[in-house]
Amino acid sequence: MFKLVMTISLIIVAISTLLYVYRLVKGPSTPDRVIALDAIGINLIAITAIISVVLNTSAFVEVILLLGILAFIGTVAFSKYLEKGEIIENDRDQ
Amino acid sequence: MSYLHLAILAPLLFSIFIPFFYKIFRRIHTGWFVLPLPIILFIYFLTFIPITSNQKTIIESLNWIPSLGINFTAKVDGLGLLFALLITGIGALVVLYSIYYLAKDKEKLNTFYVYLLLFMGAMLGVVLSDNLIVMYAFWELTSFSSFLLIGYWYERDKSRYGAQKSMLITVFGGLAMLCGIILLYIMTGTFSITEIVPQSNEIFHHALFIPALLCILLGAFTKSAQFPFYIWLPDAMEAPTPVSAYLHSATMVKAGIYLVARFTPVFGESSVWFWLVAGVGMITLIWGSVFAVKQTDLKSILAFSTVSQLGLIMSLLGVGAAALHYEALDDNIFTVATTAAIFHLINHATFKGSLFMAAGIIDHETGTRDIHKLGGLMHVMPITFTISMIGAFSMAGLPPFNGFLSKEMFFTAMVHVTEMDIFNLETWGVLFPVIAWFASVFTFIYCMILVFKTFMGKYQPEKLGKKPHEAPIGMLISPIILVSLVIIFGLFPNLLSDSLISPAMAAVLPSLLQVGGVFEVHITFWHGLTIELFMTMGVIIMGLILYKTYPKWKKIYKAIPEKLSINGFYDGTIERSQSVSNKLMNMNMNGSIRSYLAYIFAFLIIILSTTLIWKNAFKLDTSNVSSIGVYEVVLAIFVMVGSISILFVKSRMTSIILLGAVGYTVSLFYVLFRAPDLALTQLVIETISVALFLVCFYHLPKLRKFETRLTFKLTNALISFGVGAVVTAIALSAHSNKLFSSISQYYVENTYEEAAGKNMVNVILVDFRGFDTLFEITVLAIAALGIYSMIKLRLNRGKEG
Repeated sequence: MFKLVMTISLIIVAISTLLYVYRLVKGPSTPDRVIALDAIGINLIAITAIISVVLNTSAFVEVILLLGILAFIGTVAFSKYLEKGEIIENDRDQ
Repeated sequence: MSYLHLAILAPLLFSIFIPFFYKIFRRIHTGWFVLPLPIILFIYFLTFIPITSNQKTIIESLNWIPSLGINFTAKVDGLGLLFALLITGIGALVVLYSIYYLAKDKEKLNTFYVYLLLFMGAMLGVVLSDNLIVMYAFWELTSFSSFLLIGYWYERDKSRYGAQKSMLITVFGGLAMLCGIILLYIMTGTFSITEIVPQSNEIFHHALFIPALLCILLGAFTKSAQFPFYIWLPDAMEAPTPVSAYLHSATMVKAGIYLVARFTPVFGESSVWFWLVAGVGMITLIWGSVFAVKQTDLKSILAFSTVSQLGLIMSLLGVGAAALHYEALDDNIFTVATTAAIFHLINHATFKGSLFMAAGIIDHETGTRDIHKLGGLMHVMPITFTISMIGAFSMAGLPPFNGFLSKEMFFTAMVHVTEMDIFNLETWGVLFPVIAWFASVFTFIYCMILVFKTFMGKYQPEKLGKKPHEAPIGMLISPIILVSLVIIFGLFPNLLSDSLISPAMAAVLPSLLQVGGVFEVHITFWHGLTIELFMTMGVIIMGLILYKTYPKWKKIYKAIPEKLSINGFYDGTIERSQSVSNKLMNMNMNGSIRSYLAYIFAFLIIILSTTLIWKNAFKLDTSNVSSIGVYEVVLAIFVMVGSISILFVKSRMTSIILLGAVGYTVSLFYVLFRAPDLALTQLVIETISVALFLVCFYHLPKLRKFETRLTFKLTNALISFGVGAVVTAIALSAHSNKLFSSISQYYVENTYEEAAGKNMVNVILVDFRGFDTLFEITVLAIAALGIYSMIKLRLNRGKEG
């Protein structure tokens, strides 16, 4: 029963990730894609968590944390790039 | 190191001092310092005559590379001594001649004598070495020094062309000879000729016998200017005349003759040897004599006549080898061919040397060598005329000169060929005397042209470059000595027979000699009204008729266009090989990395798939495979969709993002296959590399930012599909062919026990296999420093700014 629930939720997350991937490929504007990527990152967190429950291990907790940080940093960096055209501003230019 | 070694190496060692003599004693002609050396060597080698005429040989060995069986073994026997005397004797005369021929203040005498001494030492080494590798080393040194001497006037185009041509052909033959030497070593296990000769019977039935024979003969034929390799010799006439006289008539071109004579005891039993040596010699003889008539330049006539005479000697050696089939010495009439070959070898060196020197004198005193411009010089240059006449009459085979004797013996040998009953000679043997006779007729014609067109006829001073006069006495000494030898050997041929010819024959045909026996060589001037005498008379009559009517029939030479000649073929081959290889290279090396990648991948596919099929290595064994879960399938679909859609997206931005998505999915795979450390690292690295890609994307130049799809190319698709299929097949076969179990159990057991850690991956990285980690750290450091220096260091900034 527990295993079934886990599998169902995993399938649901996977379908939602696939749909995000469709958005990522299709598109139309870059912000759409960035948001899709961010959401894929969050979905990956969910998948990792479910899999570590299935595999009955706590070895992947760091992966979850790391994914969260990376998804945040990545999205922020993308947003800054889209807004200002560069990510790390050079002080001397100012 | 014995005196003999010192004598062989003396010219090489002495050549070191030549530039010093040239620099210090500017007022004395450098040749005077060189002259004593060949004279001393000549006298030294004369002291060996009593030893060799008692059928004894002297062997002195000096270790060089004993572990490989390569030792500098010097061996003096009849054949080697004969050549050594020719080399040093004619060497001394040529040096004397060159002192008067080359001007002290106009020519670079230091280089000339250095090259000449190098050549002399190399030639002595060739004929006196018993070890084949040492002989090969000296052999190549003769090629190189000859190259340097032909290109002596290197500012002339023709000299460079001739030097290059002779180099290419003789070095080609030399390399073939090296192959032959190595094959002989494989068969016999030794490089020493003395040890190879007794094994000739075993070699004869060896599978490598024929290849070795062909390789050795190729070396001999190229060096001795045999058909069709003779073409370098006429072009080598661009060398200074002393060089032509020394190298290209008396010594170097006889190195091939020496080689054939030296290997006769080894290969002589074979019919291939007989037909190749005698047949090629015959073809060269007739070809050279026919084309010598056509030439208009004195030295060209002499070059072709050298070719022809070398063919004569070669064919005699071939016929002489047939004597090995007739055991009884008493009635062995075929050894006369070998006698004739050796006798003519000496004779040719004398008369051809004098003729070249005479041609040099004419060139030196009139400024031209063209027989159309020369004529009527008899009264102006009487001594040169006498020299030329004696030399040419000897070459034509007229009595009472030595050429007459050797030509008679040549005819005798060729007539005897028809009596042989081996090698199909019953049917084809009759060709030998016929070709020999025709070649002799043409020899007679060009000898007459040589003398009479130059010295008789109309005197045309207006066509000559200088006012002609008789040469200085110093220039005439050497040819006078040579022509007096021509007469002496002609009148008293038996001076040579016991001292030189008989020991040399013993070296060429050792198996025919009983222990302690000697070859009875007796050359008589008058041997009765035999068929040879009538043949000679026929030659003279026919030759006179043809010479008188020459202007009428010389048109036949125009029948063959220059392009179809062997020279045309050689030039065409050189040119075509250059253009073809150039084209080939331009076709393959087009500078585009795409095509190089295509080659690399195509070869990868071809080599791997043929190996798989050829070795029957493809195997699919599913017994060791775990079951596939639904998560893996889902993730695999993710990876596939991501990577395939990279191929079809329009914008580069999208493909970067897709690449990132694939990377993240791979990290999920790591999660699924329980590799937390890998998953962590993969996530971070993927993020950073996607960011780096974005940086690259951002800095693309505006002009080139085409937003286009990847164009479809069938070859690329095929190659990429092939690479994928081959790698998959190999991975499957590798998995199915697992032979040994993994060693991972050791790590599982010992991670905590030995290394005090619970994370096995990290313990392997820093404890069990920490060495790899160290260098991966180094790689990262190098990459970081490299990036920093690429950004900061702009050496061409000044040019741009």
